[in-house]
Amino acid sequence: MTTVTMTVNGKSVTANVDPRTLLSQFVRENLRLTGTHVGCDTSQCGACVVHVDGRAVKSCTTLAVSCDGSSVTTIEGLAVDGALHPMQEAFREHHGLQCGFCTPGMIMSAVDIVNRKGNALDEHTIREELEGNICRCTGYHNIVKAVEAGARAMAPGATSIAAE
Amino acid sequence: MTTTGIGAPVRRKEDFRFITGQGRYTDDIERPGQAHAYFLRSPHAHANIRSIDVSAARAMPGVVGVLTGEDLAKDGVGGLICGWMIHSKDGSPMKAGAHPALAVGKVRYVGDHVAVVIAETLAAAKDAAEAIVVDYETLAPVVDMNAAVKPGAPVIHDVASDNVVYDWHLGDKAATEAAFAKAKHVAKIDLVNNRLVPNPMETRAAIGEYDAGTEGYTLYTTSQNPHVARLVLSAFIGIAPEHKLRVIAPDVGGGFGSKIFIYAEETVCVWAAKKVGRPVKWTSDRTEAFLSDAHGRDHITHAELALDERGKMLAMRVKTKANLGAYLSTFSSCVPTYLYAPLLSGQYDIPAIYCEVEGIYTNTAPVDAYRGAGRPEATFVVERIVEVAARELGQDPAAFRRKNFVRKFPHQTPVIMAYDTGDYAASLDKALELIDYKNIGKRKRESARAGKLRGIGFSAYIEACGIAPSAAVGSLGAGVGLWESAEVRVNPVGTVEVLTGSHSHGQGHETTFAQLVCERLGIPIDQVAIVHGDTDKVQFGMGTYGSRSGAVGMSALSKALDKVIAKAKKVAAYALEASDADIEFKDGRFSVAGTDKSLAFGEVALQAYIAHKFSGQDLEPGLKEGAFYDPTNFTFPSGVHICELEIDPDTGVTKIDRWVAVDDFGIVINPMIVEGQVHGGIAQGVGQALLEGAHYDETGQLVTASYMDYCMPRADDLPSFTVGATVTPCPSNPLGIKGCGEAGAIAAPPAVINALTDALGHEDVTMPATPQVVWRAARKAALRAAAE
Repeated sequence: MTTVTMTVNGKSVTANVDPRTLLSQFVRENLRLTGTHVGCDTSQCGACVVHVDGRAVKSCTTLAVSCDGSSVTTIEGLAVDGALHPMQEAFREHHGLQCGFCTPGMIMSAVDIVNRKGNALDEHTIREELEGNICRCTGYHNIVKAVEAGARAMAPGATSIAAE
Repeated sequence: MTTTGIGAPVRRKEDFRFITGQGRYTDDIERPGQAHAYFLRSPHAHANIRSIDVSAARAMPGVVGVLTGEDLAKDGVGGLICGWMIHSKDGSPMKAGAHPALAVGKVRYVGDHVAVVIAETLAAAKDAAEAIVVDYETLAPVVDMNAAVKPGAPVIHDVASDNVVYDWHLGDKAATEAAFAKAKHVAKIDLVNNRLVPNPMETRAAIGEYDAGTEGYTLYTTSQNPHVARLVLSAFIGIAPEHKLRVIAPDVGGGFGSKIFIYAEETVCVWAAKKVGRPVKWTSDRTEAFLSDAHGRDHITHAELALDERGKMLAMRVKTKANLGAYLSTFSSCVPTYLYAPLLSGQYDIPAIYCEVEGIYTNTAPVDAYRGAGRPEATFVVERIVEVAARELGQDPAAFRRKNFVRKFPHQTPVIMAYDTGDYAASLDKALELIDYKNIGKRKRESARAGKLRGIGFSAYIEACGIAPSAAVGSLGAGVGLWESAEVRVNPVGTVEVLTGSHSHGQGHETTFAQLVCERLGIPIDQVAIVHGDTDKVQFGMGTYGSRSGAVGMSALSKALDKVIAKAKKVAAYALEASDADIEFKDGRFSVAGTDKSLAFGEVALQAYIAHKFSGQDLEPGLKEGAFYDPTNFTFPSGVHICELEIDPDTGVTKIDRWVAVDDFGIVINPMIVEGQVHGGIAQGVGQALLEGAHYDETGQLVTASYMDYCMPRADDLPSFTVGATVTPCPSNPLGIKGCGEAGAIAAPPAVINALTDALGHEDVTMPATPQVVWRAARKAALRAAAE
């Protein structure tokens, strides 16, 4: 067993884990943060995306021990003081989800796209950047709209999300 | 229309938990003391099992139990069933081979279940599974359908020595032959409908639990129909009687048909829970899902269409081989028969149709319903051969379709179905306008100048939804009725709980069912809760598939709401000291006609429960009503999808440039949700046409068993869609709903292939039309054009 310490959603956690424990297992099983989902085990589907030190990471192929000392944000940590993150609001407003299974990873990836690419995202950029997240329900049409609106709403000074 | 009633694009009530990571899927549930199951699967496509030695595995650290098919048999646990009896042409029943949940004596596909290891951790269970020694005698596998029916082919089940499950037919053969004899033109086509893997993003999972004190079992499972699962596990597999088995299907992450069925793993988990005295949890990994979820489609078809001198359709004949895999899955037998051939008339007036289907065993995973289930296969046949016929006759494909459309309703087809209503030309007109059909020639020339090939493809589909009138499906071999139930519980404060036998796994029932309650009872939507997915709460239900939740499930709710309002009117009459006949109910208030005396819905609910104003002998206290609704007909959603695409002939890469969908779903409860269903269906249909294909090699190994090998549609493979609608309300149910869940997946594949073949100078392409397939076809088309 190996001791690992990290900050998850703002709280410091320390645990003894089997060295082969994946970050997805660590947050789901040790911390019972089950919003992070595992959909494929091969880094393809993106349902497991979390942020490690501010960058999107596929937690199903990341060892928990490699995140020792890191700061991790999961979908449960995105809303602050009960106020939904603009990207969460945008997914609801634009019907960017159906079964909800890919949604946490989609939202975490979308926030990361905005962090890297800015608040004015065109459809082509969004579709290319979502390459690492698979959704089987929505056909992506409304996810693309949600990401575009969420990106705008994340801009400094933006206050609300206008529906189409 | 109110802001939360029928027709309003209400934002979904269920979304908050999903966008905040608080959804509760089966794998999110942890039961006290749970152990983890891992299934040892066959690495061989076809082999006898001489022996299984589990002694070393049992001695491994952390192992709680190792169980095999022999243990299941000793406990009298029955095999998995196929619930729809199909008879062959000669009247003989289909040949259903035994399907034990854990193999006995023989394995029949790669991934077949050999043993289960239950251990403290999944890792310990996996380690121990490696210590199980299985002595296999490998047998020659048969993967290809044509090879399977050749004399001398390896026999998969002794009951079917020719590997033929059934040799079935539908329609009037003599009338069809007579029509062909007088035809001026016959169009012919050979088609392969490629094998797909449904791939809901949440893999299957199960937790079985046994309470020794009450002798009751609980199964948490990823099911589209928990009551059907309980019925099958109780009445056929014999795990426990129904009143001692609770099945809970919590949040379920997509199904698309693949979670209808009662599989080996779920069965074993609930049985093993008593055996080992611990809750037993299993979660499929993605490769296990590829190997063991029921696959979809997989047909080989030859079809012919007879036409007169003007291009009027006279008759169609179709011969199909359907791969059913190594065992008959729960509803597999009806998919290529009664869910397929009755749709072969499409939107067209075809006087005679004859269809023959051979269901065939192969050493591959079982094949069963996948989004559309039989109807996409039928639509692919109809819309491809119609396109070919139009081109051979030199007629515009839109005009040719229009000429042959059914125009008078009701319309009895020669293959069972009685279409109730529709306006096919209206959908076509709207679609042509939305795609700007009149300028397609100009756009093709512009593409050609850029070195690209542009094509346009039509798909005028029909489907049979609202599955289904119980007596009708019973007469066709179904083992169950296909009605739906609903119960409306009004609380004393006027809030409402609806218990429905429908199951939501992405469809948004918590919102749409609540919209119907708001519309009828006039109460705010946040005062309505929709309860589903638990056999201890909902009395019974048939679940969600076949686009039936709106047409059948909500019709049951509508009936139950009628009863609630009728009872509440009686309560209001007592409370308002008026006669029943004078009570009016509107906008959530009960009033006495012609007076200003009234009570709000919640006030009447309270009166029903306190029962101070009436005698319990005259009127029962309380306000709770239930209803079962059995449809009188299928519903017939229809529409026209048009795909416009561009091919780069140098690379074979296809880019979909425009997609127009104009669907007639009858009355729509929530247009936002319905459009979402259309988008998702199109994506799966485009996936089938361009990207997806399950492929077994000749030894029976599935070589597409991960997302690195099986090409799922991603955001950059698809365009945005233009979705329009026409409306002819369905006359056979109280709400006028037809259903929308499968339309996109049914319509899309022929639209794509018709567009590709249009771009390629009518050179045929197979699905999936990958860049390599398209590049080869483009080369052939270019060479042919040069030779001409």
